[in-house]
Amino acid sequence: MKKLLLILFLSGCFLENHAQETFPVNGSYDIRPGLFAFTNATIVINADQTIQNGTLLIKDGVIESVGTQVTVPKGYVSVDLKGKYIYPSLIDAFSTYGMPEAPRQAFNAGGGRTVRQQVFTTTKPGAYAWNEAIRPEMNAKAVFSVNQKSAEDFKKNGFGIVQTLIRDGIARGSSMVVSLVDDAAQKVVLKDEAGAQYSFSKGTAATNYPSSLMGSIALLRQTYYDAQWYKSQNKEYNISLAEFNRLQNLPQFFETGDVLNVLRADKIGDEFAKQYVFKTDGKEYQRIDAVKATGGSFIIPVSFPKPYDVEDPYDARDISYSQLKDWDLAPTNPAVLEKAGVKFAITSYGLDKPADFWTNIRTAIENGLSEKQALKSLTETPAELLGISSKTGSLAKGKNADFIITSGNLFKKETIIYENWIDGKQYVANKMDVRDLRGNYALNIDGTSNLTLKIAGSASSYEVTVERAADSAKAKANFSRSGDMVSMNFDLKKTPPVSVRLSGAITSLNPVTIKGDAVFADGSSGKWAAIFKQAISESAKPELAKASVTHGPVIYPFTANGYSAAPKQEAILFKNATVWTNEKDGILQNADVLIEGGKIKAVGKNLSAGNAKVIDATGKHLSPGIVDEHSHIAATGGINEGTQAVSAEVRIADVLNSDDINIYRQLAGGVTTSHILHGSANPIGGQTQLIKLRWGKTPEQLKFEGSDGFIKFALGENVKQSNSGAFITGPMRFPQTRMGVEQVYIDEFTRAKEYKAARSVKGNTVRRDLELDAIAEILDKKRFITCHSYVQSEINMLMHVADSMGFKINTFTHILEGYKLADKMKEHHIAGSTFSDWWAYKMEVAEAIPYNGKLMHEVGVLTGFNSDDAEMARRLNQEAAKAVTYGNLSQEDALKLVTLNPAKMLHVDNRIGSIKAGKDADLVLWSDNPLSIYAKAEKTFVDGIAYWDIDENAIREKDMKAEEGRIIQRMLEAKGNGSAAQRPAFQRPRLYECETLEEDAFKDFTK
Amino acid sequence: MKKIIVNFLSALLPALAFGQANIVPAKSQTAPVIINGATIHTGNNQVINNGYLILAQGKITAMGEGSAPVTTGAEIINAQGKHVYPGFICPLTDLGLVEFEAVKASVDNEETGDLNTHVRSIVAYNTDSKVIPTVRSNGVLMAQITPEGGLISGQSSVVVLDAWNWQDAAYKTDIAMHVNWPVIAQQRFGQTSGPQFLELQKDRIQKSIDVLNELFSQAKGYSELAKPAVINTRFEAMKGLFDGNKKLFIEANKAKDILQAINFSKKYNVKAVITGGAESYLVADALKDNNIPVILRETQTLPDKEDDDVYLPYKLPGLLQKAGVTYGLTGIGFWRQRNLPFEAGNAVPYGLTKEQALSMITLNNAKILGIDKTTGSLEVGKDATLFISKGDALDMLTLNVEEAFIQGRKINLDNLHKQLYKRYADKYGVKAE
Repeated sequence: MKKLLLILFLSGCFLENHAQETFPVNGSYDIRPGLFAFTNATIVINADQTIQNGTLLIKDGVIESVGTQVTVPKGYVSVDLKGKYIYPSLIDAFSTYGMPEAPRQAFNAGGGRTVRQQVFTTTKPGAYAWNEAIRPEMNAKAVFSVNQKSAEDFKKNGFGIVQTLIRDGIARGSSMVVSLVDDAAQKVVLKDEAGAQYSFSKGTAATNYPSSLMGSIALLRQTYYDAQWYKSQNKEYNISLAEFNRLQNLPQFFETGDVLNVLRADKIGDEFAKQYVFKTDGKEYQRIDAVKATGGSFIIPVSFPKPYDVEDPYDARDISYSQLKDWDLAPTNPAVLEKAGVKFAITSYGLDKPADFWTNIRTAIENGLSEKQALKSLTETPAELLGISSKTGSLAKGKNADFIITSGNLFKKETIIYENWIDGKQYVANKMDVRDLRGNYALNIDGTSNLTLKIAGSASSYEVTVERAADSAKAKANFSRSGDMVSMNFDLKKTPPVSVRLSGAITSLNPVTIKGDAVFADGSSGKWAAIFKQAISESAKPELAKASVTHGPVIYPFTANGYSAAPKQEAILFKNATVWTNEKDGILQNADVLIEGGKIKAVGKNLSAGNAKVIDATGKHLSPGIVDEHSHIAATGGINEGTQAVSAEVRIADVLNSDDINIYRQLAGGVTTSHILHGSANPIGGQTQLIKLRWGKTPEQLKFEGSDGFIKFALGENVKQSNSGAFITGPMRFPQTRMGVEQVYIDEFTRAKEYKAARSVKGNTVRRDLELDAIAEILDKKRFITCHSYVQSEINMLMHVADSMGFKINTFTHILEGYKLADKMKEHHIAGSTFSDWWAYKMEVAEAIPYNGKLMHEVGVLTGFNSDDAEMARRLNQEAAKAVTYGNLSQEDALKLVTLNPAKMLHVDNRIGSIKAGKDADLVLWSDNPLSIYAKAEKTFVDGIAYWDIDENAIREKDMKAEEGRIIQRMLEAKGNGSAAQRPAFQRPRLYECETLEEDAFKDFTK
Repeated sequence: MKKIIVNFLSALLPALAFGQANIVPAKSQTAPVIINGATIHTGNNQVINNGYLILAQGKITAMGEGSAPVTTGAEIINAQGKHVYPGFICPLTDLGLVEFEAVKASVDNEETGDLNTHVRSIVAYNTDSKVIPTVRSNGVLMAQITPEGGLISGQSSVVVLDAWNWQDAAYKTDIAMHVNWPVIAQQRFGQTSGPQFLELQKDRIQKSIDVLNELFSQAKGYSELAKPAVINTRFEAMKGLFDGNKKLFIEANKAKDILQAINFSKKYNVKAVITGGAESYLVADALKDNNIPVILRETQTLPDKEDDDVYLPYKLPGLLQKAGVTYGLTGIGFWRQRNLPFEAGNAVPYGLTKEQALSMITLNNAKILGIDKTTGSLEVGKDATLFISKGDALDMLTLNVEEAFIQGRKINLDNLHKQLYKRYADKYGVKAE
């Protein structure tokens, strides 16, 4: 045996956990046989199989046999478990057990001002990755140590095994699986490398990059490519990349956070043929279909939100509708996953305190999770995900002796976990031989009879009273028990006064009898005895019959104004409207428009409705949906990756946020298509994403299918960091002047050309560089530039650079001095997307004028107005009207500034931007001339679906109020029942503009 | 480096920050002006169709339906089909205190310190700001120049937007003291806040309220001293609050903060105005019962909370109108105040009549600022501060200010933007209309 183990150990397949062979022993060896037999128990073999009156034999830490026909051989310590249950030990698939505390990087110096060190590349000595967030060389096994204190918290809850990881960084290295047995680190390891771990959070990495979620995603994506390249190159030695590759054969775990992050992580996985196991924050119910479609397995927490303090209606306004709904629905999450047939493990990670674990498991069960699934998710599933099914997770011959002994069904409130055996080693959570003492006793104290001792409360916390029948005197007793020893004192006060201290022992179990010595107040002493008479009557505190919990519907998206039933695509005939066609026909009076199947079917007079629903649009105006060329809504985790001068590798597409309320608000202002841009913190920003405002859909479904890819460039004060709020110490990021900006472009395009040439000759042996790929796409006219710009000098500069490097600029966005160079822009066929009337907010807009649009338009530049602002976007029609105010542009041309013209700039005018048969039914029905301040968007259609309807909205507002009332009522009840509460704390939703930097906010996306 | 900055500034300032040499403040009115045939929006909910106005010596001397009586030596303006409005009054603005938001050297709207009762905005008001003419061109003819920041920001003054210097511009000085009611600081975006954060905030807020109480109770005592042994300039500046000459403008947005601010003003018996008032509609009764007006900030803004009615900011004026609260409106910042008429117009489809929306930025604001006896509406005896627009002035589609008068002085409506427009229209051979 010894020899065999040694061989196993040396061959490195698996660290056997029974021996610490290499260590010298002080004194005599103390090797015990480890033979135990547990008999007469209800044995839950696994979630699907339970045996009654079973016997479990274990030998030397391993299950020897389990079943009903098992005879107990000689030499076994036999434990009678009549009436008790045996379950497999629970497995927690996500923890940081035994890991050292990682020091957090201090980001803020306080005082509102951010002090930031510019750290461009790693500060870690050694041949590691350029970015500290990529740290696959961090292996849990190298830093693990046994921590009995925290192990106890797990063990009390029934856990025997955990996966533990270093929860720091994007590529976090390998995790390990350890048992929680009280033994040396050498003896508790089940798997020294259980999985490769990832997240979106850079953690303690000092490198500035990434400062955004899209940066994190880009970095991980690039790392996959770098690692592939690393295999077949000999130029560079890089431990991180080598380790990254080495860990690819392990199960891959991704700590994602919210449900949209699950989808984001899954997309990365798809790109590199990886299927992650997702550790989430337990909100899968909010997008269960999309979650299921990932095909992934999940590790979910049971940390459900606490009810809020809602007594004060003003303060309660700080609780958002989605917070209320989440409180209502989060406990259904495990049940929703079960119903959907998704494989998931349950972790205790993220609980406020370990004691909440079973309370919350029971909450999940009350909310529809089956006990069978709960057990599966705590045993077999995690075992499977961690690749330890052959050793643990169920009770079978040959598996590790990992099991718990309970007083009854594990999921019942009154059940006590007595013992937790791990590797055949006993851990006592609650003493099994401790009998439940609750009941009524006849108490005799040295002749004073007629007393009743009532032991009530719970088995772990007794409430004890002494009563005298004669005069109904009653007193509370201080009662404590240790093993078989009992002590107690009480004072009856009334005559005859009985104040006495008692000490005794349980002397008999049938009936329970406690006997001992008494000491009275006057110092005299005597004897006492209490004899069990009957059980406490059950009616004392009847548990309220739990009405089956009712929940509100899940809404899509999971925020205020989400739909419980999504609006449908309809065939509609708009009758008798003023139709702003944006086509040759101009503005048609008393015209009809027919839409069907998401497309415009016909435009004309007296159209027949056929099966279409008729909307009488008399006195109303119908216009194409508004197109915003420059928007930052519907993105999350930062829209600037300004830590480098060039961040062409980051993609807004990776971080779309379908749940942004501004999507809905802007539909209410007639917007149907938005171009979501990277910010303007650097000369070459990230790749943009065109979306349609399909409220309720997933991020993927927002994307304007088939649209051309764009990229954000930027010039001026932002890229040269003129007004940066951060006080920067150390080296500055290049460039700091407009002179430097030019050189960034020249250098980048030069490199991209060389890269392109090299790849075309040497193929994949040239490292694939996602940043240069994007630039190469520009050179190949497959990606198009929209460039944030203000003053004429820089605009002129970029046009010259483009000419000399052989690329084209599609659009100058903001372009507030476009009017000064309109002739040159026209010559270069560059469009101008500007603000209507913004100026004076910084030096470079000193000569920004509201006539800019008019002048560019008159010179022949394709001109539009954009928002760059979630508020302005929802009244871009009004902004368009300002071209009439300032410069008297025709109304028809003015509306085109926010519809057809931006559609042209974005290369989607074949789909949207005008009202023409065959185009998308993206339309707005206005109460008035859409350019008037008095116009309201009554209905906004995208693909023929009325995502905004002013009347439906009014109904939904009422429904929301009612739902809010219902949930608050439930909350008050929950608090009445003793649930801990949390105070409302208003969180303002994040709004992005070009200049928004994420450096302060970027902390931890998994939170 | 310092030298470079100095050189840079000296090169720049004459070009950018000084008034345009060719836009000259108007001279005092000498001859009467008659406006005939106009649709006159009085600002107090009346409309006179085909009406006339006579302006003389800076005042409105006559007005009515039909055509004006013959007045010798009068300039006659035919305003047939056009609209006449009282000059818009823009409260709570740092117009003239800031030229470029991001250029610190041009920013004078916020003094350091928490209790700047003595600080006065009027002395920093730059009549030569290039922004002022752009705001004026949209009919905004008067403004309350207001300091910002701290717990008490200082005192504001009302000016007319055409003047040689601040003394010239001053219409009524040091009319109000501005308090920012202490509120829970916004958490950093994306940060979750524990109860600890809230407790700290609560502590800080209570401390600030204590500071205010201490200041006000002592200042009140001080104001009763015939001859204080030591002059306290901060307390001196507050005397006007207790004798009713100055109003206390309290910035408060949340319902509870508004209620506290109301109680605070009652405790010291000062005339209060709530500014901001985002949740004023929730405490409309308290505002009405205590006769405390509100100046709302912006209709063209987003609702505070994602659960709020999508159109709540548009609807807010209508809600206060319905509740019977006195309310006015301002826009935001300085250059953006040229959109003040549209901020008002935006409330029309959501609960106000056009004339109510107009009152909101004329007579209502004048009442709240305490200048309605002489200005804020078109009435005989009041200032001839008004403008003629070709169309509806609350709608950008039709606003077109053709003539404007401040106290009878016909002002120059040119501005930097129009000049640059003409310059480049000429370059390209485009007609500048």
